[in-house]
Amino acid sequence: MAKLTIDDLKKIKEKHLAEMTLREGGSRAKVTVHMGTCGIAAGARDVMDTLTEAVASAGLTDVIITNSGCAGACSREPMVTVEILGQAPVKYIELNADKIREIFTEHIQGGRIVEKYALVIGSESTY
Amino acid sequence: MANVRANLMICGGTGCIASGGYKFKEALEKELIDRGLHSEFKIVMTGCNGFCAEGPIMTVLPDGIFYEKLKPEHASDIVEEHLLKGRPVEKYMYREPGKTVKVPTMKDIPFFNLQVLRALRNKGMIDPEKIEDYIARDGYMAAAKALTEMSPEEVVKEMKESGLRGRGGAGFLCGLKWEFAMKNPDEPKYIICNGDEGDPGAFMDRSIMEADPHVVLEGMLIGAYATNAHWGYIYVRAEYPLAVKRLEIAIGHAREAGLLGENILGTGFSFDIEVYQGAGAFVCGESTALMRSIEGKRGMPRPTPPNSVYKGLWDKPTVLNNVETLACVPEIILKGAGWFRSLGTEKSTGTKVFALSGSINNIGLIEVPMGIPLKQIIFDIGGGLPRGRTFKAVQLGGPSGGCIPDELIDVPVTYEDINATGAIVGSGGMVVMDDLSCMVSVAKFFLEFTTEESCGKCPPCRIGTKVMQLKLEDICEGRGREGDIELLNDLSHDIIATSLCGLGKSAPNPVLTTIKYFKHEYEEHINQGYCRAGVCRDLVTFHIDEEACKACGVCKRACPVGAITGEKKVPHEIQQEMCIKCRSCLEACKFGAVKTGPGSLREEILKNKAVKA
Repeated sequence: MAKLTIDDLKKIKEKHLAEMTLREGGSRAKVTVHMGTCGIAAGARDVMDTLTEAVASAGLTDVIITNSGCAGACSREPMVTVEILGQAPVKYIELNADKIREIFTEHIQGGRIVEKYALVIGSESTY
Repeated sequence: MANVRANLMICGGTGCIASGGYKFKEALEKELIDRGLHSEFKIVMTGCNGFCAEGPIMTVLPDGIFYEKLKPEHASDIVEEHLLKGRPVEKYMYREPGKTVKVPTMKDIPFFNLQVLRALRNKGMIDPEKIEDYIARDGYMAAAKALTEMSPEEVVKEMKESGLRGRGGAGFLCGLKWEFAMKNPDEPKYIICNGDEGDPGAFMDRSIMEADPHVVLEGMLIGAYATNAHWGYIYVRAEYPLAVKRLEIAIGHAREAGLLGENILGTGFSFDIEVYQGAGAFVCGESTALMRSIEGKRGMPRPTPPNSVYKGLWDKPTVLNNVETLACVPEIILKGAGWFRSLGTEKSTGTKVFALSGSINNIGLIEVPMGIPLKQIIFDIGGGLPRGRTFKAVQLGGPSGGCIPDELIDVPVTYEDINATGAIVGSGGMVVMDDLSCMVSVAKFFLEFTTEESCGKCPPCRIGTKVMQLKLEDICEGRGREGDIELLNDLSHDIIATSLCGLGKSAPNPVLTTIKYFKHEYEEHINQGYCRAGVCRDLVTFHIDEEACKACGVCKRACPVGAITGEKKVPHEIQQEMCIKCRSCLEACKFGAVKTGPGSLREEILKNKAVKA
């Protein structure tokens, strides 16, 4: 990356915010695996690997898989946030390889929230 | 602050932004400014409400009117009709959809709806290993503002006005510390981020460094600019490998982008950061010991004054801030001191991050406005205690802090109010203890910790904490004597008065607060040989109350040595000669039929049994 000026910062912000945000014509879904120390210790790596495999073997190219830090509910890890274009993000908790496979088929591919593993719908406010 | 008539809560979730949330916000802002109403109505961007398909959405508070599918051209209607004339515009209002999903939304769950995210604003939202993710959420905008639009004096002034106090535990005003360093002409100067988080049950700083490393770098960059430092260290314990890794990646990216190094953002200001890994000594979290450790010497504190802002690292002026303190800095610069002060109390401004652990349902990391009652944190956000246990006390501030008992649970969480209880806010670890906790053992645990971690430089701490630890061991093992409580009290005050550094000065706090609030437990241990929680094995006998026993067999199955006899419909009995006092039966019984008695009860039961036989 070249040395930035303030204008560059603003440009990166706009461009990347657009990339992070799902929109028509772009990616259809975004899955965030929360990988802080707590998540990794509880098995987030396994969840991430299983998910990557599932997306690859289904040949999907419109699903973004990304990782992030602890989402705060450490005792409920491994945790994953699934966001489908035009729908509210859903936080799933206490996952393992089997559960993420089910979520992949039902929610990411099928668009139906898997209620039994879901903790909450929505994202937090920042002030 | 001017009188705000209503808050206009526009959803800032990705769904609503994608459908034009920002465009509506801009239109609304313009409309308010054009009509001179911008000081009466406050626009707040909220998190996702869970109605993305209906977005962009806006809730008008306190009316609670919910608008959906908003377009920029709706702004003038809403301002004219609703905000000015008080007639909500029905055609834009929300209509109940037919189908509902059973999963609750954030606003239904206290764990989420009582939190206010500032230091943790990016938690779980960005990829910590991508600088673009951070920049997309206003990252480095505050540094850009400080470096180009503000003088160091203005930065310091803003920080002082914000009232931000050191989040590491001492609670010293961050802006004041920066001012001392700024005014010190000695050079070079250093800025250090203290990431040597070592309290048992505390993981706020680790989580921030792992989830949002750039916010720490940006906070340091702003601090460096304000104090004219050109080199910084982040002191992280080696036990935090993921934090170290992500910080180093972040530093690499920031250097490539010219946000660290020479001539940052073309302003001529230069600053760079190095991560220094500590070996995990608790005392190295103390500022002067930490600096000795970076110098490559043994981490031992030195007497103060002179304080570090005058003679710190390599005897040069040094600002040392905690991770969470630094994480608060960028938003204060961006949004102003008034915004920061809008939450919290007069002397404890803003929000504080806490790590909840122990006997509590929602173990994890939370951020709340200062001044929130402790009870709300534990019972609403924390979800109360698991397995029907009852609340006994909460330990705040780790080994330097103290226990707050049930009767003080309504205390507002501010620096002053918590100090008045004898505990401290500390770095933010909250360990919840239930009725199965022995408070003497809790004190013993912390004293074992400080004895182990005392650097040994000054005798009050090195020898004093050891004597206290041995005394507590005596009490827990049945060798307690009349006068021990007074001795512990006296020793505590002497150690506090004569220790060199904060470690020794605060080490007796767990003992003092448990004596203050749970003196009866100490007395029971000493006078009756009785530990009611059943933790101290020499001071307890477990037995089953025949009346209360439902003969369900749960305790029988829980007992690892088969010491419990009894059949269906026959009250169970603990065979004292076999019992190893592991407490499994007490924890397993759902009816409270397993009771504890003094250690001497065992002999009595055995004698009665012999007589019967």
